Amino acid sequence: MRDPRRASRIVSYILLAPIVAFFVSPILWLIVTPFSIRPSLFISLNGFTLNNFTRVFQNRTAVNAFRNSLVISVSVVVLVTTCALLAAYVLSRHDFKGRNVLLYMLVLFSSVVSGAAAMVPIFILNLRLGLINTELGVILTLSGGIMPTALFILKDFFDSIPRTYEEAALVDGSSPLQVMFRIFLPLSSKGVIVIAMLVFTQSWSNFLVPFVLLRSTSKYPVSVAIYTFFSEVGVPDIGMISAYAFLYTLPVIFAYVLIERKFGFSFYGGIKG
Amino acid sequence: MKRSLMGRKVIVFFLIPALSLIFVFLILPGVWVLKIGMTNETLTGAKARNPDFVGFENYAKVLSDRFFYNALRITLLFVLGSAIIGQAGLGLSLALLTYRRRRLKSFIQSVVILAWIIPEVVVAYLWIAFLDKDYGTLNMLLSAIGLRKINWFYEHPLLTIIVFNVWRGTAYSMLLFSAALETIPPSYLETAEVIGASSWRKFKDVILPNIRSYILTDLILITLWTFNVFTPYLLTGGGPSFRTELLSIYIYRTAFRYFKLGYGASIATIALLINFALAMFYLSLSRRKRT
Repeated sequence: MRDPRRASRIVSYILLAPIVAFFVSPILWLIVTPFSIRPSLFISLNGFTLNNFTRVFQNRTAVNAFRNSLVISVSVVVLVTTCALLAAYVLSRHDFKGRNVLLYMLVLFSSVVSGAAAMVPIFILNLRLGLINTELGVILTLSGGIMPTALFILKDFFDSIPRTYEEAALVDGSSPLQVMFRIFLPLSSKGVIVIAMLVFTQSWSNFLVPFVLLRSTSKYPVSVAIYTFFSEVGVPDIGMISAYAFLYTLPVIFAYVLIERKFGFSFYGGIKG
Repeated sequence: MKRSLMGRKVIVFFLIPALSLIFVFLILPGVWVLKIGMTNETLTGAKARNPDFVGFENYAKVLSDRFFYNALRITLLFVLGSAIIGQAGLGLSLALLTYRRRRLKSFIQSVVILAWIIPEVVVAYLWIAFLDKDYGTLNMLLSAIGLRKINWFYEHPLLTIIVFNVWRGTAYSMLLFSAALETIPPSYLETAEVIGASSWRKFKDVILPNIRSYILTDLILITLWTFNVFTPYLLTGGGPSFRTELLSIYIYRTAFRYFKLGYGASIATIALLINFALAMFYLSLSRRKRT
């Protein structure tokens, strides 16, 4: 008699093959086209070249947008990580009246106020504050949107760090701030790095916020710049766009691999434990 | 321990930066939208400076707005097709097919996750290239095996963005269901095998009852996310002739293309109320699970 397990394995491969092809095909284009001599919409590598990348660096809008994306993302990372770190520390170490209600409200609002619907009042808010077409408006809007999630994950992570070290240091006569910076921060650096990475990928990838709030081309981040490259009238420069999209995607993938490999599992364990 | 880790001043000082940012840029807009939805504010012209309060006039208009009903219908089909059937169905199938096969699972997961993490504007262009009517990879393959090339964005626009969104968002469901399957004690399935249960019976009688709460969680969350998705705009712009105009795209068009901020805000309020209902449902479920 044949092994039924082997038969079911073969069936599963037959089922999985088209699904894998479905997921891989569009992505394959992104890996192949930037290096192609005659780039087209069809996946084909006819000779290897780095010429497409050279054209990206010669395009002033493209280079400028990279700089803008970097400014926006780094600012959001610094702002969100710092604020969330301080608040999560308090929420994890101090039980005050209304803490749970506060946390509950934060989850609720962060999942309700999102998407294009939320952009209408957010746009008007930026209009009233004089922040339309400024990078500051984009930075603050992105920060407000990401903050609750960052706060939550950090609080969960902090909850998993035992208090004993901090308590011992307090008994030894350290001040609360010394405890925070000398004892607690080194212990929590892993969680803080993961949050910084997550915040970076979120703000780096975001399209809708800068698309709605910014008007001048010179202020566009990469996401909006790529959209204008492929949606504007005329024949799009496929080689340049693919190389640009490739460079733009790399940091995101790099961040995810790092989170997964270096911190992923222990961090997850931190949440669960 | 008698001494607190921090004094009252420190607590307030630490909380204020995060909470004030969340308050101004998240909570305030979320509440303010109710008021803007009752004005006739526009971006340019006389009503930009001095909008009038019009009460529920906008909502009366929404109720007879055929574009609103069109967008609602498209969104419903989009959520049903791409999230509830597509992502949840494919995610569960992938979780089952890779159950207890570590290397296969990590390979499939990395491919599916890749589609999930690539920035949305890149993903949009990948699909525009993939489905191009003349040179796209899919049509080149179709014509290579002797089939007709199909102009996907014009002949099957809604189906196209549904399939696109399945591709984009299946990762979450697969990860959740894979984790859910790990919580089933292996002995349950082994027992079923010993008594000679068919695969279908194993699924129906052992697996399904054990992952039911995960399925519900998954369905609510992906419905909430899919309801708010804006990425199809980058593929189709809502066309041709509004056949892919999701509610999110209709709101965008009303508020930011036609500059009717007041009217856009009233439609946005309806969308945010739907978000609110879904989020409350989710939170009440996760609370019940904890207690």
